[in-house]
Amino acid sequence: MRHTISVLVENKFGVLTRVAGLFSGRGFNIDSLNVAPTQDPTVSRMTIVTRGDDATVDQIVKQLNKLVDTIKVHDFRDGEYVDRELVLIKIGVNSQTRAEVMQITDIFRAKIIDVQQNSLTIEITGDESKVEKFIELMRPFGILELTRTGKVALPRS
Amino acid sequence: MQKTKSARIQQKQSEPAPATAPAKATGATMLGSQILVAALEREGVDVIFAYPGGASMEVHQALVKSNKIRVYLPRHEQGGVFAAEGYARASGKVGVCMATSGPGATNLVTGIANAYMDSVPLVAITGQVVQTMIGKNAFQETDIFGVTLPIVKHSYLVTDVNSLARIVKEAFYIARTGRPGPVVIDLPKNIQQQRTVPVFPETVSLRGYNPDLRASDAELEEVIKLIEKAERPVLYVGGGIISSGAADQLRRFVELTRIPVTTTLMGIGAFPETDPLSLKWLGMHGTAYANWAVAEADLLLAFGVRFDDRVTGKVDKFCEHGTIVHIDIDASELNKNRKVHLPIIGDIRDAIERLNSMLEDRPPVKSFSAWHSRIAELKAKGPLKYRVTEEVLKSQHVRDFMNGDATQVILPQEAVATLYELTAGEAVIATGVGQHQMWAAQFYNYKYPRQFVTSGGLGSMGFGYPAAIGAKVARPDMQVIDIDGDGSFLMNIQELAMAHIEGVPVKAMILNNQHLGMVVQWEDRFYGGTRGNTYIGDPSNRKQIYPDFVQIAKAFNVKCERVIYKKDLRPAMQRMLESDEPYVLDVITPHTEHVLPFIPAGRTVNEMIWE
Repeated sequence: MRHTISVLVENKFGVLTRVAGLFSGRGFNIDSLNVAPTQDPTVSRMTIVTRGDDATVDQIVKQLNKLVDTIKVHDFRDGEYVDRELVLIKIGVNSQTRAEVMQITDIFRAKIIDVQQNSLTIEITGDESKVEKFIELMRPFGILELTRTGKVALPRS
Repeated sequence: MQKTKSARIQQKQSEPAPATAPAKATGATMLGSQILVAALEREGVDVIFAYPGGASMEVHQALVKSNKIRVYLPRHEQGGVFAAEGYARASGKVGVCMATSGPGATNLVTGIANAYMDSVPLVAITGQVVQTMIGKNAFQETDIFGVTLPIVKHSYLVTDVNSLARIVKEAFYIARTGRPGPVVIDLPKNIQQQRTVPVFPETVSLRGYNPDLRASDAELEEVIKLIEKAERPVLYVGGGIISSGAADQLRRFVELTRIPVTTTLMGIGAFPETDPLSLKWLGMHGTAYANWAVAEADLLLAFGVRFDDRVTGKVDKFCEHGTIVHIDIDASELNKNRKVHLPIIGDIRDAIERLNSMLEDRPPVKSFSAWHSRIAELKAKGPLKYRVTEEVLKSQHVRDFMNGDATQVILPQEAVATLYELTAGEAVIATGVGQHQMWAAQFYNYKYPRQFVTSGGLGSMGFGYPAAIGAKVARPDMQVIDIDGDGSFLMNIQELAMAHIEGVPVKAMILNNQHLGMVVQWEDRFYGGTRGNTYIGDPSNRKQIYPDFVQIAKAFNVKCERVIYKKDLRPAMQRMLESDEPYVLDVITPHTEHVLPFIPAGRTVNEMIWE
């Protein structure tokens, strides 16, 4: 079961290690992790995507809550939150394929941010399904490089 | 200069500012090391167990000038941290230890892990190399902040001398509140040497930490309803009762409800074991009747416990048919090991206090008399007992030492029972880990909280003697005795020096069977008796006790007597108890005894070996 966990933490050194340790100490992998300060520079928000049975994730959430540097933990359920991810993707192109790549980019409301002789770098933002679909469509053209921010999420209410 | 500053601090302490007043700088500059000591004094610290080194000597220099804090010098950092834990466990105050960077700090790790597992309030201070050298594999540099991350309640690496006073204040607050635990403060040497005008905060503000948790009235009403419906209720109480200071409230609760009580190993003393409603403690080596009672219970009130595997055995079969109520201040313990019917977050003393007032308003109608007589039956069926077994008669011990006269054999259980008798049950007992620990818990009846100091969760050998020293420092009015094994005692035997030099009249009774008895027991039960490095005497001369604790103690100027024959046991024990200085009694016992009852790991009460 996939979980998206949002954690507000003190913006201090060592906090990331404490949080990550709760996962690694249980043999859990973190699929994606995003950390950055919030509107309050002393507070950071982490968005963690992980897989695990509900009981174990429930235990991790409780342990996250126990950390002195954790201010608030939210284990999001479907529909309770909005999320986005930003992906930079570099596609190998030639004169035959360039137009098609640009067309798909347009349909997805993605942006071409760099053009080279043999490649295009595209920025796409969206929820998981949109981003995944775009990557899937780009794969046949030849993905040269790809980086993603990991999911960021906020509760709806 | 120093004098005026400490006078100023004393004055501030005697007239505490209102809690809301902003902290103010006192005017004069102080060294980081002096700020640390002053901050410790403000926390009421009067004892610190500290072993100096290059990265902590500045603080020792400042401690020399403190007239409030006494430094006890252990002979190994592990002895220091265990002593601090013994002090904390016996007193209820925060234990404090300090070590230098690198190896000094890593030698604390076992003790910090122990404090984490057993929820002991502990502040462990470590020296660190100067900040400019951090990360350069400097001499005696270890990232102790990183090393201890999974075994601390919280930790600090001090990077600014101006935050030191606040950090110490927070560390003590975190260590002792909520579910207590260890806090590490790693303090680089250059910060100890920096000067600043300190600001000692009066209050702690931690937005991510709220230890003031209380059960709701509705939840407690639900507990009362379950008690009213129950026929066979059992209280299963643990260390939470002791750390929250709820023993009196628990006693009142039992008076009101007449519910029988079993404790965990950590909960020993939470309820007087001499009370007819006590089932003593439960679990792998707990009493048969406590385990049977829990198996038959239709309501289990789990207060301040964590369903440890040594208690539950196969966890889903534990109290299989009963309704379980679990109250704990640590939300992460609820439904962690055992799914329960009514999980309640809250301080256990507050919860029991409020349950008591509800019960006083609405006294229970049931007296559970049928259940009480059933429990009397169970107690009669499987009491704790020991006897000279066939194995003892055939043992090397009888051949080598008794000249075939088995009437002179001292059984380890008997040594504990005799100690119980001669101390009238009034001593504080510390233990190492293994068979002797179980017998110390079985054959001594504890009446008070903080009377039994043991390494429960981590099961750390070598805990007993230094912990007993710490306990004796905390409770000089009490007889404090370490009941130890020969293996465990040897692990921190260097602390004979701390006991002697610091003048701590602590006693130790070694149940010396020349073996790692608990592992031997498992070898006998599950590995066909094959000895895998569990004989710790001298294989080339088995008739001679090895090592010679009498000689070792003599070298430390500590009195020690060896007893082999039963006829000598009582008088020797009496001499130990009457001594007003450190004293070791080396009691030679056969290694053939097994701790019973015994529920093998992961099994159920039905598979308990008890005869």
